Amino acid sequence: MAPHDLRRPFKRAAISDQQKRRELSLLRQAQNRRDAQQQARCLASSILSLQSSAPESETEQPSIDIETVSETEHESEALSKDLDVGRASKLRGPEVRKWFARQLMLPEWMIDVPDRLSQDWYVFARPAGKRCFVVSSNGTTVSRQRNGSILHHFPSALPAGSKTRDGSGSAQSYCILDCIFHESDQTYYVIDMVCWNGYPLYDCTAEFRFYWLNSKLEESGACNAPSHHLKFRFSTVPVYNCDQSGLYAAYTGVVPYVKDGLLFYNKHAHYQTGNTPLVLVWKDENCSQYVIDTDGKGEIPSQQQVVLELQDDRKLVTSDDPPVSFGCLDGDIIEKSGLQSGILLRFAIGDGGLSFVDGKLEKADLIYLGKSNRARAFADSYSKVIFQFMVRNSPLKVDDLLASINSPDDQEKTPSDIEMAG
Amino acid sequence: MAMEITQFLLAAQSADAKVRTEAEASLRQFQEQNMPVFLHSLSLELSNDEKPVESRRLAGIVLKNSLDAKDAIRKEQLVQQWMAIDVSIKSQIKDFLLKTLGSSVPEARHTSSQVIAKIASIEIPRKQWPELIGSLLNNMTQQDRPAFLKQATLETLGYVCEEISHEDLVQDEVNAVLTAVVQGMNLADHGPEVRLAATKALYNALEFAQTNFENEMERNYIMKVVCDTAMSEEVEIRQAAFECLVAIASAYYEVLEPYMQTLFQLTSNAVKGDEETVALQAIEFWSSICDEEIELQEFESPESGDSGPPHSCFIEKALSSLVPLLLETLLKQEEDQDQDDTIWNISMAGGTCLGLVSRTVGDAIVPLVMPFVESNIVKPDWRCREAATYAFGSILEGPTVDKLSPLVQAGLEFLLNAMKDGNNHVKDTTAWTLSRIFELLHSPATGFSVISPENLKRVLVVLLESIKDAPNVAEKVCGAIYYLVQGYEDAGPSSSLLTPYLTDIISCLIAASDRTDGGDSKLRSSAYETLNEVVRCSNISETSSIIAQLLPVIMNKLGQTMEIQIVSSDDREKQGDLQASLCGVLQVIIQKLSSTDETKPIILQAADQIMLLFLKVFGCRSSTVHEEAMLAIGALAYATGSQFEKYMPEFYKYLEMGLQNFEEYQVCGITVGVVGDICRALDDKILPYCDGIMGLLLKDLASSELHRSVKPPIFSCFGDIALAIGEHFEKYVPYALPMMQGAAEICAKIETADDEMMDYGNQLRRSIFEAYSGILQGFKSVKPDVMLPYAQHLLKFIELVSRDSQRDESVTKAAVAVMGDLADALGSNIKLMLKECAFCDEFLGECLQSDDEQLKETAGWTQGMIRRVMVL
Repeated sequence: MAPHDLRRPFKRAAISDQQKRRELSLLRQAQNRRDAQQQARCLASSILSLQSSAPESETEQPSIDIETVSETEHESEALSKDLDVGRASKLRGPEVRKWFARQLMLPEWMIDVPDRLSQDWYVFARPAGKRCFVVSSNGTTVSRQRNGSILHHFPSALPAGSKTRDGSGSAQSYCILDCIFHESDQTYYVIDMVCWNGYPLYDCTAEFRFYWLNSKLEESGACNAPSHHLKFRFSTVPVYNCDQSGLYAAYTGVVPYVKDGLLFYNKHAHYQTGNTPLVLVWKDENCSQYVIDTDGKGEIPSQQQVVLELQDDRKLVTSDDPPVSFGCLDGDIIEKSGLQSGILLRFAIGDGGLSFVDGKLEKADLIYLGKSNRARAFADSYSKVIFQFMVRNSPLKVDDLLASINSPDDQEKTPSDIEMAG
Repeated sequence: MAMEITQFLLAAQSADAKVRTEAEASLRQFQEQNMPVFLHSLSLELSNDEKPVESRRLAGIVLKNSLDAKDAIRKEQLVQQWMAIDVSIKSQIKDFLLKTLGSSVPEARHTSSQVIAKIASIEIPRKQWPELIGSLLNNMTQQDRPAFLKQATLETLGYVCEEISHEDLVQDEVNAVLTAVVQGMNLADHGPEVRLAATKALYNALEFAQTNFENEMERNYIMKVVCDTAMSEEVEIRQAAFECLVAIASAYYEVLEPYMQTLFQLTSNAVKGDEETVALQAIEFWSSICDEEIELQEFESPESGDSGPPHSCFIEKALSSLVPLLLETLLKQEEDQDQDDTIWNISMAGGTCLGLVSRTVGDAIVPLVMPFVESNIVKPDWRCREAATYAFGSILEGPTVDKLSPLVQAGLEFLLNAMKDGNNHVKDTTAWTLSRIFELLHSPATGFSVISPENLKRVLVVLLESIKDAPNVAEKVCGAIYYLVQGYEDAGPSSSLLTPYLTDIISCLIAASDRTDGGDSKLRSSAYETLNEVVRCSNISETSSIIAQLLPVIMNKLGQTMEIQIVSSDDREKQGDLQASLCGVLQVIIQKLSSTDETKPIILQAADQIMLLFLKVFGCRSSTVHEEAMLAIGALAYATGSQFEKYMPEFYKYLEMGLQNFEEYQVCGITVGVVGDICRALDDKILPYCDGIMGLLLKDLASSELHRSVKPPIFSCFGDIALAIGEHFEKYVPYALPMMQGAAEICAKIETADDEMMDYGNQLRRSIFEAYSGILQGFKSVKPDVMLPYAQHLLKFIELVSRDSQRDESVTKAAVAVMGDLADALGSNIKLMLKECAFCDEFLGECLQSDDEQLKETAGWTQGMIRRVMVL
């Protein structure tokens, strides 16, 4: 046996550029060969499309392209403009995370009870799991998590979600669903519907979207038990009018999934990307395992921790638009740690806590901990910081919610024409 | 029956080349005339104590080479050849070999033991040499046998164990063999020679001892003997025992737990106080443990939940004692270790191990190493400062960026100042540490770097000053610049940060490459390779004028190499190396400047002169240059397109030469790639050269001498040629297609257990498909019928490939594409054939479901082509 190989001298790692040049050449040649052959093939297909009367040919189809017409940059419209999966697929690393994080509608945390809860709001128990966009198009279905990474790539019964024998499903047909993937029963719980069968719903009210979601999803067969071919099931969640019984049902009712808090949807709100006060999340120990934030090791730190963004003027702000300032960072720290503006920093909230004047944040006792985890794309939102602060100090209890529904100005009840439970 | 071959064996080792060649020819002739008799004569020669040592040794080597080869196909031929020999002759050969183990000449014994193992590797698995083990064991058990026979027998047992699997023997035999080996290590019974041989034999037999290692009692016994042996009086035996421990660490990691306490003591003592050869193995033991744990960590995916072998966290558990032990070794530097590349000593091994420990445990190593760094880095003794820097550089890989970046940011200025240290070693290690920092913690392309735009200037000032330092330091500085600029590759706007310094960096690198004070050419080639990276990573839109100015400088230097006076073969080699470096730089410049439409004219204008230089380089005829110039010419052909035609009359002969270079197969392979480049550049203007090129390519394919890695590119090249010349490929079809079909059949038989072979099989399959694609597309509109007779075979091949679940993605792409090409080119002619292909739908379905957009698109196209055929 040959003697044990001498270790590659650690300090003498020679740069071997020759091998690199060889490999780059091979790569270039392979690329050029593919281009040349591809060109030959494309010529063929353009001839085909001119002379052939066979319209079923798939060669004319564009690849996945879900662009709809919209020129303005505003809020919900930004979604349609941005949802060009082809373009998005070229983004890399942090860009992907930020792009996808921008597409989802993100609830604010409930730090006070909105007015007219029982008239204008729905409530449902949020499934615990991975929040993701499910996009079906061109015969396949892809789920992407909030950070942009692909969770699954699978055939589904959604329109355009799998290849069918008759090759039906035109390129225009596609769906975008806002889902939570629930690991233990391998089910996608659909919490909102953004596009269905090529028809965009983001500028429809939640009321309409939920109605559409409930009727269409069932119809498509996507809720059927999984089969060998279609291995993931879709399911709706029971949605209630947020009156006393509805709230009680959402809070205590038995559902097939593990709950992670309650979601409140304003019935009139459109699907809007990013943080919105028209969707709220609330939780306590009874309906969620994760009420108080944990640190990287899964433990609850003794002091509340927050992530804020450092601005040019040394201000530390939240991810809201417009941002809320929590104070200024000491110039010394900035210099010593070489911090640049835009960086996300981690702080603990000290014994001084947060002080409010007229419901507005006046002062925060921040203790600098360091840079945040690089996987983070955004700072915390204002409502999240406050909710977490309240949870540790004086939480908003379910009784408070129920009580606010009972309050005199909330007595008038309108019969609901949409009963989502079922 | 034996022939008299002594004189030929001696002459074959003569200093006189003519005598040597003649003798080799005669030996070959004997071999061809009568193989069995030749082998018999060799074994007789080897066993005969009256013959000279030299002829006996060569006889043994020739015999061994007649039984085994590195190349798998050649090896199989040799095995068949041996098995075909008459049993009685084989048995005589084997007797001679066994007898030789008792020879008084050590070299004869040693060679014979190797040959015996080779025969055993053929015959034992086939149960054709059942008495071998018994007769070897007999040598060991007979009290009266001389020590040197036992020594040779142990060596043979070790080699045999290495060649065969324990499953080839019954368990009793396996046990008996191991018992003999382990008993041979026994201090009470044997002298040092036998114990050394036994320890080395155990090393070779470790894999073979698999079953015994599974049994706790036997394992305990083996481990005890090895550990005892590791404390022998004789340093050589201790070293061999530690080598066993190193191998055990790799092979039996999962059962080491109970012994780790003892092993830590043993290795720790050895590192602290034993001879260097032993201490090096003791460090290697821990490096091997790190290797195992790093591998476990890399393959461990928490998602999949696969239960692989358990991670025992030996490094983590030993960390607090192991790290100080390794840090101590760093202080044992040799004075001149940075001047000589062959030196491997305890401080280098210790640093290497520390680096591996760091990769194994990550953040946890930092607090254990930093106090050492901080207390030593300011001491007056250079050894302390060097060790501190080396320790710091060693832990830069493993811990998180969060953990490291404050330390690096705090220490960067110190390191930059240390580039002016009074000691050469300290500067060498500091430059290396800087290069590690840039390699691991500087990546503006992904948005993170410890180098801010503000301190980039300071960093470069220091580096460009230090590149003028002693050659060993300058070479490390080149490495630092290499990684610094690499960070800016594809870094978008960040890549502009480098632009203001580019001219200075380039001129300093050229100055470094011109230096003559380095003992060898290492500094020069490092400087050029760094220059290549600088060009590659520069922001083309801002730096095109700088790179355009570099082009004539490099061309000029290449021109000057032709004037170097060549007196010795040494001069020729130096000229060749220099030309290789410069051709490399030219290749990179050509590729960079031809990558945008704005800068491409610079290359087109200089193309004539560049080509002239390359032709002159070919004229100097050194194979390494040949390769680099060839690579550069491929890039030039791509840049110039059809303009390349005018160079063909002159260049063609070198192309031929490259295609015939069987020995330097990489040159041959690169030349094949360049043929493809030229096809795409010239299209049908390549036609006048095609007879010659195709002739050579077909010959290459048929050759058993040419390394197999060149063969797949040749098939791809058929496709390139056919696509370029279209219908004119018809005359090559009767030659090329049978070759393709033959290769397709070989693919079906390729061993799938062997990763390397599987890789090769994938390349081969892809290249065959590419050949078909090019040919089908070439004939499509003019003479598709030529390919009709080959369609059925191709479809069968695609089907076979589609049923292989192990196939590579690139093979899938090529297969689905060629299916579309077939339908596209042959149309309704193959309607019936396609109808009978049940696998088509399934295969297309699978491809259409893929994650890969390119594959889906091609599959969609193919589906369209097939549907069109069906409705025609």
